[in-house]
Amino acid sequence: MGKKKKEVDDRFKRFGTVSFTSITKINDFIDYLDKGKIMGTRCKECGLFFFPPRADCHNCFSSDMEWLEVSGTGKLVTYSKLEFAPIGFGDDLPYAIALLDYGDYKVFGRIAGDVPENEIHAGMEMTARVNTLPNGQLNYVFHKA
Amino acid sequence: MGKVGIIGVGQSSFVRGYPGSIRELAFEGFKEAMQDAGIPTKDIDASIICSAPEYDKQRSPAGVFAEYLGLVPQPTCYLESLCSSSSMGLRFAYSLVKSGLHDVVAVIGFQKMSEISSAESQERMGRGADIQWESPFGTMMPAYYAMYARGHMEQYGTTLEDLALIRVKAATYGQINEKAVYRRPVTFDMFSDPESPMSNPVASPLRVGDCCANADGSSCVIVANEEKAKAFSKKPVWILGLGAASTSVNLAGRDLFSGLTVAQQAGEEAYKMAGVTAKDIDVAEVHDCFTIAEMMAYENLGFAKPGEGKELIKAKETYKEGSIPVNVDGGLLSKGHPIGATGGSQIRTIVLQLRGDAGEMQVKDPEIGLVHNIGGVGLYGNVSILGR
Repeated sequence: MGKKKKEVDDRFKRFGTVSFTSITKINDFIDYLDKGKIMGTRCKECGLFFFPPRADCHNCFSSDMEWLEVSGTGKLVTYSKLEFAPIGFGDDLPYAIALLDYGDYKVFGRIAGDVPENEIHAGMEMTARVNTLPNGQLNYVFHKA
Repeated sequence: MGKVGIIGVGQSSFVRGYPGSIRELAFEGFKEAMQDAGIPTKDIDASIICSAPEYDKQRSPAGVFAEYLGLVPQPTCYLESLCSSSSMGLRFAYSLVKSGLHDVVAVIGFQKMSEISSAESQERMGRGADIQWESPFGTMMPAYYAMYARGHMEQYGTTLEDLALIRVKAATYGQINEKAVYRRPVTFDMFSDPESPMSNPVASPLRVGDCCANADGSSCVIVANEEKAKAFSKKPVWILGLGAASTSVNLAGRDLFSGLTVAQQAGEEAYKMAGVTAKDIDVAEVHDCFTIAEMMAYENLGFAKPGEGKELIKAKETYKEGSIPVNVDGGLLSKGHPIGATGGSQIRTIVLQLRGDAGEMQVKDPEIGLVHNIGGVGLYGNVSILGR
């Protein structure tokens, strides 16, 4: 029998312009992004919901999780438009990082590039949607609701 | 169990492009602190080496420094909590001494940021946040603090003009601090002058003038038990209160965006342990990595009510002659921010102030001082209260 090369599940390397993580137990997150869905996890033992998703519950120590979709709209908490970028992100400039409050959880991401800056204000209703970057990577961006 | 004192403080000049290696850089702060303490190196029982990792080729700098500084065969270790590493070092030195395990401990902070380029540095700093869920969006420190600046503006009507006043104050004292990296004056008008680099946008709403300068530097604080402190030092400064806290690294796990919960929590703990309140503080060093950070510190530490920090700076109450002088050594904004060395440098400033040794920067007769040192984007918070 020939030696079979061990398959490495490094799907998470596709997250964001540059991903600093490749192997994680919640790699299915990337498959959901491929299907246009942004998912969090909920602990089947105690019911605690997590976004960003986690493989393990710090509340009851269970690792039995189910996926649940982030849906509806959130309120823009705060944002910043960058004029400089860290190494590897220069081609994306200018872009704005932002935080949306969905009530029970918050989502950190970017504001969609086509939202005019003069229309961005704290408290506005926005929706997070999956986005494919020019380099083929996946992330999510916030659109006006 | 007796008190724990500080018997020696030192720092290198904070500079761009230090012309030496990291062990040589560490030597500068250590030498000044040892000369200040006036004790031989053999009296140091242990050392704690503090910095933020990933700037150096050297793995585990503690052993290298201990050898270079003459601190072997005593125990040594490396400790980090990003930008608050050396305040965390003070906390651990306190516990080592208070427990009776050691009599005298040296806390040595350092950072040679110029080991890498400014863009690489931004990337490293950005990775002090959540690398799995946030860094892939292209984050960096100024943008994170800019999100807090916008939060503060939305909540309290704080303006960019209010923030500029904090930078002007920092430069007032940076000019007279011979160890500061940025020694030029900054005027209020520079922020509205498109020709001035101070007005250049970095990450909205923050501008170049709102951001501290990267620098290379080292610092050292010598901590001793009461008996040794009294034997070695004519003017020991006592550690009266220590507070420390952490919070969610991911902004999605936080609720407050107009202040830092770690500063509130660490401040409350430190005040309680010292048995004092904000009104008792005569001079303070706060972590002004960005102008908004100092504004939030005024409020989180209780120098002003939430939203009223701007009134303090407008009335110049945080100037040397004001009711609560803050960062009268230029702060991180002008003195510079060599990450691991910063807390030790802040402690040094307060110790010199309490001893009456701060020269041109001396505040009138302070008895109790406070150091507020933050790691990451409000991720770690340390507050230390010192008294004479």
